[in-house]
Amino acid sequence: MSGILTYVLHYEGEFNKNSLGAVSEASKLAGQIGGEAAALVLGGDDLSDDLVKSLGKYGASKVYRVKGPEGLAQPVADALAKVAQDNGYDYVLFGGGLLGFEAGAAVAARLNGGVTMEVTEVTAQDGKLVAKRPILQDSAVVDVAYEGGTGVIIGRLNAFEIAEAGGGDAEVEDVEVEFSEWSTKAQMQERGEQRGADVNIEDAEILVAGGRGLGKPEGFELCEQLADALGGAVAATRAVVDAGWYPYAAQIGQTGKTVAPKLYLAAGISGAIQHKVGMQASENIVAINKDQNAPIFEFSDLGIVGDLNKILPKLTEAVKAKKGG
Amino acid sequence: LKICVLVKEVPDAAVEKRMDPDTKRLDRSGEKNLNPFDTHAIEAAMQTKEGGAVEVDEIVAVTMGPESAVRALHKAVSLGADRSVHLTDQALENSDVVATGYALAQVLKQESPDLVLLGQQSDDGECYTIGAVVADYLQMPSLTQVIKIDVEGESLRCERQAEYGYDTVNVPLPAVISVGDAINEPRYPSLKAIMGAKKKPLDTKSTGDVEIDTSRVGSEGSRTQVLAINPPPEKQAGEIIEDEDTDETVQRIVSWLEERKLLA
Repeated sequence: MSGILTYVLHYEGEFNKNSLGAVSEASKLAGQIGGEAAALVLGGDDLSDDLVKSLGKYGASKVYRVKGPEGLAQPVADALAKVAQDNGYDYVLFGGGLLGFEAGAAVAARLNGGVTMEVTEVTAQDGKLVAKRPILQDSAVVDVAYEGGTGVIIGRLNAFEIAEAGGGDAEVEDVEVEFSEWSTKAQMQERGEQRGADVNIEDAEILVAGGRGLGKPEGFELCEQLADALGGAVAATRAVVDAGWYPYAAQIGQTGKTVAPKLYLAAGISGAIQHKVGMQASENIVAINKDQNAPIFEFSDLGIVGDLNKILPKLTEAVKAKKGG
Repeated sequence: LKICVLVKEVPDAAVEKRMDPDTKRLDRSGEKNLNPFDTHAIEAAMQTKEGGAVEVDEIVAVTMGPESAVRALHKAVSLGADRSVHLTDQALENSDVVATGYALAQVLKQESPDLVLLGQQSDDGECYTIGAVVADYLQMPSLTQVIKIDVEGESLRCERQAEYGYDTVNVPLPAVISVGDAINEPRYPSLKAIMGAKKKPLDTKSTGDVEIDTSRVGSEGSRTQVLAINPPPEKQAGEIIEDEDTDETVQRIVSWLEERKLLA
């Protein structure tokens, strides 16, 4: 049977939001191409019947449950390849996220299929799926079809919206997968370690975000002072979080948080795609960067080309004066 | 330990990138350079060699691409690779990710490295995916976006940031690892290394030399098909202020914020 198989990531008994969006998308698309929307979950005992069945709510008619090691992509690829092949799914879909890139690419290789990544939209044309994918720093969008093999589609972060289709419980089928010898060699030692302080940026209406352009960890003090004056919180890019300048909990983007505050003020952030996907829904985007060619100026509402070390302190004072007066 | 680093030439960041409307693939003419993300992979190989935890016998840069890709290999060698391999063949033109990964894996099978390193993404088209494809064809364990590698005996202790925080993963060798750009600050090549790069051994291979099944590469062998290229959805360009007088700049920012009731 033709259809779409979606991988659903979970952690500590909760499904990933991007995965749920992908399930909803698959359900919609399956209707258009006349196939079934199924999902696959892989993990341990926390994948209870009730939890797994609940994917029906988002549009999955069937869920394949596989026992296996969590958090690494290669076992997921093994499971998806087997289930897609045994049941004849033509497409394998992933929501945004790191694991999807790895597992999706491996599934495509295994099934001698094709893969597209960073997909922002999928359409059905003549019973087949076509993936839209921005390329070259979002300066062009290509439409990609699949010919003669399994089509693997890896969504961009937040590309697919969660929709409760009003379906009942999904049918659950336990599948035993014999993992490839090389797929289980990598061993997770520690998963989901939180580095740095636990800060809450998701509820803030105003965010002042800092990137590599701050120059040094102390540069965040300028962001903190401005955030205080504005009554907001401070966020950061992956580069500076990985460098240990700011806590992981404050990270925006591909492997961090997704935010949509009223004001997002980006200081020293170039605006790479991986960052953009986590903040582009913000109502007002202001960017300060000394490089006038920084991609962030292409999607900011107000861009200031200049030295943040000069601008931020004065801006902080001016905001204080305005709010105090 | 033998390390192969997969590298790629990409259009220079300073040159405008464009799609070829006829082939619907990236127009690869014009100025090229080594993919900046790949320099982190070469640097990771060099630090492994210099770290002393394990004896590194050889670092080999491997690329697939047209004749011009030799320049990327020279750059890779100037950054520390001992020699390089260039897979080039008309039959490979317009290969998609899976076909490219298959072709590169065929080269690597011949080289049989203990460790394959890649950058996290290429500056031009595909991202994050090629490592996983290569690993599947080589039947090796694989991890992407790694920001710390420690050699521990026959294994690598890798750290990376994933969906729920930082993961620490033990990956036994041989393995395919793609590194994130946070892993290191790549060194600049010395003038001597740049001058000497062209003298280091460079093997040129065709599809026949590494037993590539040509029905699995090129346009014909690729399962993805580009139907159309379109400009992105229009977004109203924002207002730009060039900061000359900072006091004035700040006043303009404050007014802008006030108009939008963001200073309430």
